[in-house]
Amino acid sequence: MEKTVNQRAWLLVIPVLILVAFSSIIPMMTVVNYSFQDSFGGNEFFWVGLEWYRELLHSERLWDAFGRQLLFSFIILLIEIPLGILVALSMPKKGFAASICLVLMSLPLLIPYNVVGTIWQVFGRADIGLLGRALSDLGISYNYSQNAFDAWATVIMMDVWHWTSLVALLSYAGLRSIPSAYYQAAKIDQAGRWSVFRHIELPKMRGVLMIAILLRFMDSFMIYTEPFVLTGGGPGNATTFLSIDLVKMALGQFDLGPAAAFSLMYFLVILLISYVFYTVMITADKNEANR
Amino acid sequence: MSLRLEGVSKIVNGETHIHPADIVLEKGSMNVLLGPTSAGKTSLMRLMAGLDKPDTGRIFWEDQDVTGKRVQDRDIAMVYQQFVNYPSMTVYDNIASPLKLRKKSAAEIDARVREMAELLKLTSILGSKPAEISGGQQQRCAMARALAKDVGLVLMDEPLANLDYKLREELRVEIPRLFKASGSIFVYATTEPEEALLLGGNTATLWEGRITQFGPAMDVYRGPVDATTARVYSDPPMNFVSVQKDAAGIRFPDGQLIPATGETGNIPDGTYRAGFRAHNLEIGTLQPGAVSFAAKLIVTELTGSDTFLHVSVAGERWIGLIPGLQDFRAGQELPIGLNPESLFYFDEQDQLVAAPDQPVDMERV
Repeated sequence: MEKTVNQRAWLLVIPVLILVAFSSIIPMMTVVNYSFQDSFGGNEFFWVGLEWYRELLHSERLWDAFGRQLLFSFIILLIEIPLGILVALSMPKKGFAASICLVLMSLPLLIPYNVVGTIWQVFGRADIGLLGRALSDLGISYNYSQNAFDAWATVIMMDVWHWTSLVALLSYAGLRSIPSAYYQAAKIDQAGRWSVFRHIELPKMRGVLMIAILLRFMDSFMIYTEPFVLTGGGPGNATTFLSIDLVKMALGQFDLGPAAAFSLMYFLVILLISYVFYTVMITADKNEANR
Repeated sequence: MSLRLEGVSKIVNGETHIHPADIVLEKGSMNVLLGPTSAGKTSLMRLMAGLDKPDTGRIFWEDQDVTGKRVQDRDIAMVYQQFVNYPSMTVYDNIASPLKLRKKSAAEIDARVREMAELLKLTSILGSKPAEISGGQQQRCAMARALAKDVGLVLMDEPLANLDYKLREELRVEIPRLFKASGSIFVYATTEPEEALLLGGNTATLWEGRITQFGPAMDVYRGPVDATTARVYSDPPMNFVSVQKDAAGIRFPDGQLIPATGETGNIPDGTYRAGFRAHNLEIGTLQPGAVSFAAKLIVTELTGSDTFLHVSVAGERWIGLIPGLQDFRAGQELPIGLNPESLFYFDEQDQLVAAPDQPVDMERV
């Protein structure tokens, strides 16, 4: 039978293609283009091949930032996931109190990132900030702009404050979707609180928790605005995470070529780690199921 | 062992879910709670289990007052409409979980789990997780978990409702077997009269939070005390026609007269409602002695092997059931007939005054 080929469908795809081209493909290819060239002032470009990539891979500065970034994501996941679950477990299950809780929980998520940074910048100041003043009055020396440990502690607290709600809300949704028959069955079986959590709630929340971990990992790995506003990457380079380093390189030093190579590698790393994360979690799930 | 409810009622937010109920479930009996959705089957079960506290009345277990005793401290097991198993445990661990919580020895647990698995045909999938097995297997697993504990009271709340037709039929015939093997008091909630008859034992019919009748399944089916019970225990619902009893006999709305024989001979003159089940409606060729009507066909419903006919007769709407798939046209005039001996008579208070003399044909409900 002869097939009639109708190519008109392509016309319908064109608007999306144009949109995507302008929003992602063209900017991305520009970056790719920059990453293979060197520029001197004005608009003069020279082809340098893989030079920038080679240089960056041997750059201590980049590896340091990468290490800090990994450590940061690791710490906040370690705090936010259990804390979020704990908050979700202790939230009221229904009624007016539940609505109030949900609204309160979502407030931090609605605040613009740079405002979050500003809030904590003021909050932590030793002269006028609630936290900073309280700590110094207690005789604890605390200064996030001079002490690297204090800076880290503040950045982590800020992220926990900002994002634990997300984990809590996701977990809460997961918890609410468990039919009450499960709890009744556990009661009839005379199961304790821990068993209920371990054998009913945790496995039933598995799906949403995976999403929470993935989202929080990707987002924390790309963190920029809040630490930029709070510490500007300091003191020294203590809180210079990858994106802060990248912006310093691109806009501070105007090294377009290396910065472009940097962003592409950054992008690939996030893609890779997220993929690995996802695969590991999916296989763990399967293994768990197949055991 | 017996479970006795005395004037037990439940009121939630000013709404009466269970009107004061009295019922005694004897040792080793199968008891079916039959009623439509929201008739109070689950509420009654929750009260029996101790998941809810009754607002009035007392509950006795082996003549001990257990009203208000927490469910954790009672020896009961429950199976739900949803397939409730612990998701992260294997079938084996699921069945073993209540035993482990009771601190049984490992050997004892293993023996009991294998025995249950054998009984419920789960032996080959003991190592699987609930998510990997079929719905029917999941429900078997939940039943095995409930029965493994070997408790005095097993509650099953529409356990087959979420299964597809085939699996339902398959599991339905196994429940009496499990019941016999356990020796516990079984309480089984269902919306289907057919299921109640199939499981046998006792039937309690429920309607709007009231137990309308409780007794051996066959007795309730053949002698419903009132029109409500008759309606609950018939699927499709019982058909009714209003009749007049006088000295001459029983008169139908269109003037047809039948002699008042048997029990109907003894009832006082007056207006009654005569009820009959769908399969007692004769369609097409009529038996001799049948009361005949000219009916207009409203709609036909074809099920697997039967045909339901919705007909209108003298302002009443009746449903008839005939075997086989039959081709009728809506709007068509049909001769239909009623065997006068299949009629139940209810008085104006809906109480049964006369039941059919002959044993009812048990093939259909």
